[in-house]
Amino acid sequence: MIRVFTALLSRDLGLLLLGGRRGGTVLPLLFFLSVAMLFPFAIGPDAPLLAQTGGGVIWVAALLAAILPLDRLIEPDLELGFFDQWALRGVSEEWTVAIRILAHWLSFGPPLMLAAIPAAALLGLSGEKLRLVELGLLAGTPGLAALGVTVAALTAGLRGGAALSGLLVIPLAVPLLIFGAGSLASGGESGLALTGAVSLVLLAVGPFAAGAAVRAARG
Amino acid sequence: MQECRIAARKLACRRGDRLLFSALSLDLTSGDALHVAGANGIGKSSLLRILAGLLRPYAGDVSHNGVIGLIDERAALDPHLPLGAALAFWQRIDHPSITAIAQLGLSDLLDVPVRFLSTGQRKRASLARLIGQAAPIWLLDEPLNGLDTNAARLTEELAAQHCKNGGICVIASHQTFALGGMKRLNLADFMV
Repeated sequence: MIRVFTALLSRDLGLLLLGGRRGGTVLPLLFFLSVAMLFPFAIGPDAPLLAQTGGGVIWVAALLAAILPLDRLIEPDLELGFFDQWALRGVSEEWTVAIRILAHWLSFGPPLMLAAIPAAALLGLSGEKLRLVELGLLAGTPGLAALGVTVAALTAGLRGGAALSGLLVIPLAVPLLIFGAGSLASGGESGLALTGAVSLVLLAVGPFAAGAAVRAARG
Repeated sequence: MQECRIAARKLACRRGDRLLFSALSLDLTSGDALHVAGANGIGKSSLLRILAGLLRPYAGDVSHNGVIGLIDERAALDPHLPLGAALAFWQRIDHPSITAIAQLGLSDLLDVPVRFLSTGQRKRASLARLIGQAAPIWLLDEPLNGLDTNAARLTEELAAQHCKNGGICVIASHQTFALGGMKRLNLADFMV
């Protein structure tokens, strides 16, 4: 089982990480940074206003950046027949999507947290705000990864699945956004704790929902 | 090879609004080979997917004893990877010691990305994956599609060898498949 786990994880990472074939890392990262860069241009050089709203902007940008790689998470493997072959070998869909969630998080969570540092500089966030943003992203991005893989599995094989998955993720990610960005306003730990709680719920439900969706998509 | 068996009882398959076949039963044990014949769209692939447990039958049930290996039109090999690396992924999951790369004449192609392979070469690569799985029950969906005469002959020999070793072969094909002692199941007989 460990052998299968490492084989799957290393394949997933090879596909999703920097330079990988479905390399979701670079494009979302650049997208994230360009939103952070565009925002000051649109608002104007009002430093207090930027510092006040900047944390929220980072959260919105992170959420939108997480949507970009969705269409490459599940559908290609379904079309290539990988899920069929795994199922024949007794590797359940729940397992494979759980590994996919882990790989997806590794490919966009930590890079996003790194990119939040220059983004915070562009938006003129204080060190204290940046700390909260980073902690919030650490608590929130695993849930976002689970949500992304689940929605990717639900829309796999549908016509216009890519656009649809974006539309589906946004409302479902609202709790993460509210608590994550809310922790910035209140400056307290409670927002972070709630972000983590939402994340855990998504992580717990994600593999089962996505696994069932993959089975249904196989038809 | 251990004793293996695959049996289906009163299977029916529905795709969309159409009932493709019904009341189909079969029972295969070690050494058996079965040719599922029929025209395009009659449900050969669906039957194989039901036997593999990948598709839920509309009625009836399937039981099997032994691991199932399946070949269909999808090779389950990463298109961008060189063939060697793509097959190595399955070797890591299956049995690292078993390889049929040389036997299938794939040795020269190991550096070629899978997406540049021809249909026949990809089919041979799927066969290599199947042999590496060391599954006693083989389900082959149109195994001869795209293969040249030599490769087709080789596939027939591999299937015969597999049955001789106590495996089961179920071959869905509209072409003839030369295999001694093979039973034949005409799907048209089970049409509704």
